[in-house]
Amino acid sequence: MSENLETAAAAPQGLGDAEVPKTGGLYTLIERLREQLAYQPVLLGIVALAASAALTAASSATSGAIAEAQARDLRDSLAQVLPQGFADNDFLHDTVSIERDGKPVTIYLARKAGSVAGAVFKVAERGYAGEIQLLMAVGVDGRTLGVRVIRHSETPGLGDKIEAGKSEWAKDFSGKSLGDPAPERWAVKKDGGVFDQFAGATITPRAVVKAVKGGLMFFAGHRAQILGGSQ
Amino acid sequence: MSNQDVASSDDSHIYRDIVWNGVWKQNPGLVQLLGLCPILAISTNTVNAVSLGLATVLVMALANLGVAALRNFIPYEIRIPVFILIIAALVTVVDLAFNAWLHSLYLVLGIFIPLIVTNCIVLARVEAFAAKNDLRHSIVDGIAQGIGLVAVLAVLGAVREIIGNGTLLGGIDMIIDGAKPLQLFGEHYPGFLVAILPPGAFFALGSLIALRNWIDARAAARNRHAPPPAALPEAETSAA
Repeated sequence: MSENLETAAAAPQGLGDAEVPKTGGLYTLIERLREQLAYQPVLLGIVALAASAALTAASSATSGAIAEAQARDLRDSLAQVLPQGFADNDFLHDTVSIERDGKPVTIYLARKAGSVAGAVFKVAERGYAGEIQLLMAVGVDGRTLGVRVIRHSETPGLGDKIEAGKSEWAKDFSGKSLGDPAPERWAVKKDGGVFDQFAGATITPRAVVKAVKGGLMFFAGHRAQILGGSQ
Repeated sequence: MSNQDVASSDDSHIYRDIVWNGVWKQNPGLVQLLGLCPILAISTNTVNAVSLGLATVLVMALANLGVAALRNFIPYEIRIPVFILIIAALVTVVDLAFNAWLHSLYLVLGIFIPLIVTNCIVLARVEAFAAKNDLRHSIVDGIAQGIGLVAVLAVLGAVREIIGNGTLLGGIDMIIDGAKPLQLFGEHYPGFLVAILPPGAFFALGSLIALRNWIDARAAARNRHAPPPAALPEAETSAA
């Protein structure tokens, strides 16, 4: 049965004796079928079908748990940029969508006792190595409540200090608004601004500062729409 | 697929050879040098390295099992597409399962789980071993090769993490809640960046290969005057 495989693979047969006794109707049947031209495509089709069936089963068995886990991820990261007890609504399902540079941005509204107290949304900026994605929360007074990097590919050990787990740097943004510091001071110290850069990495913090400033300007420009709670 | 006719006295010897092949003699990371992409990319710390290694063990055991079960029906000409189909389906199932039930680990391993499909060590063992051997031997081979890979990944991850960050088991809290990584050189270790960057992976892997070869050479020199040990079956390294 498996001579084909054995002779063709140049390596010597190493371990064990794989020969299956050629008895029984099934084996003679398959032996006969193998001679047919259709055997290979049909077999390939059967394997593909079986693989698809396995994937369908796995997908339907896991889809509920995956959707739950992703919602939990999003809720956790949203909660991390908002101060504790800041919101009492289910901000995951309280959103508005506003266009920014032709792309819709989902804005999650944090409400306290029914009125909007802050907004959470994603901003992105090109860093040293690819896009840096941030989640930022802005209060109704236009001050940053929190900033957290959710995805980046900056150099480990240099640029990755923007991550909340690696350094406290991102906390510097809390409480800052477009007027405080003044717009020209919204930069890293090397560029005459107020935010620290890292030793060996200026491009990364520069990009993050730019992204946060852009986010605040976006919030200021669409304030009425956002606080209105609907488009 | 019965294995009854294989003499049981022979059996334990076969299993020992399979395990020895996977862990040392034909170690996928140090001798076959297969699957280097994940080995080098994910070994920046121990937790990531070992986690991905264990996912690979699972895939290799299942892939070997699947192929060994079907080996008598698969014509030689279309074996590669069939193997790839089986492996890709398995990896996708593992990926979905990780995403659903081990979600925090899934977030760490991210893109590397789907990439197990392209890890040539999986295809290599399926082609070189499972296609020619019975079910139980094939499962053991998948696990043994996988463990060999995990061992290399663990050492590489630990070395790079210790030198690069001064920590061990960083990110363990993703897997065990509240567990803390070990700070080996105190809070203010400045870090030795090159160990974490891609070149460090090559330096570390190269040193490990040299160390393994040195140990083998020493053992060979010691045995030169002694009678040669029973010949181990030559493992199949021609694949991929």
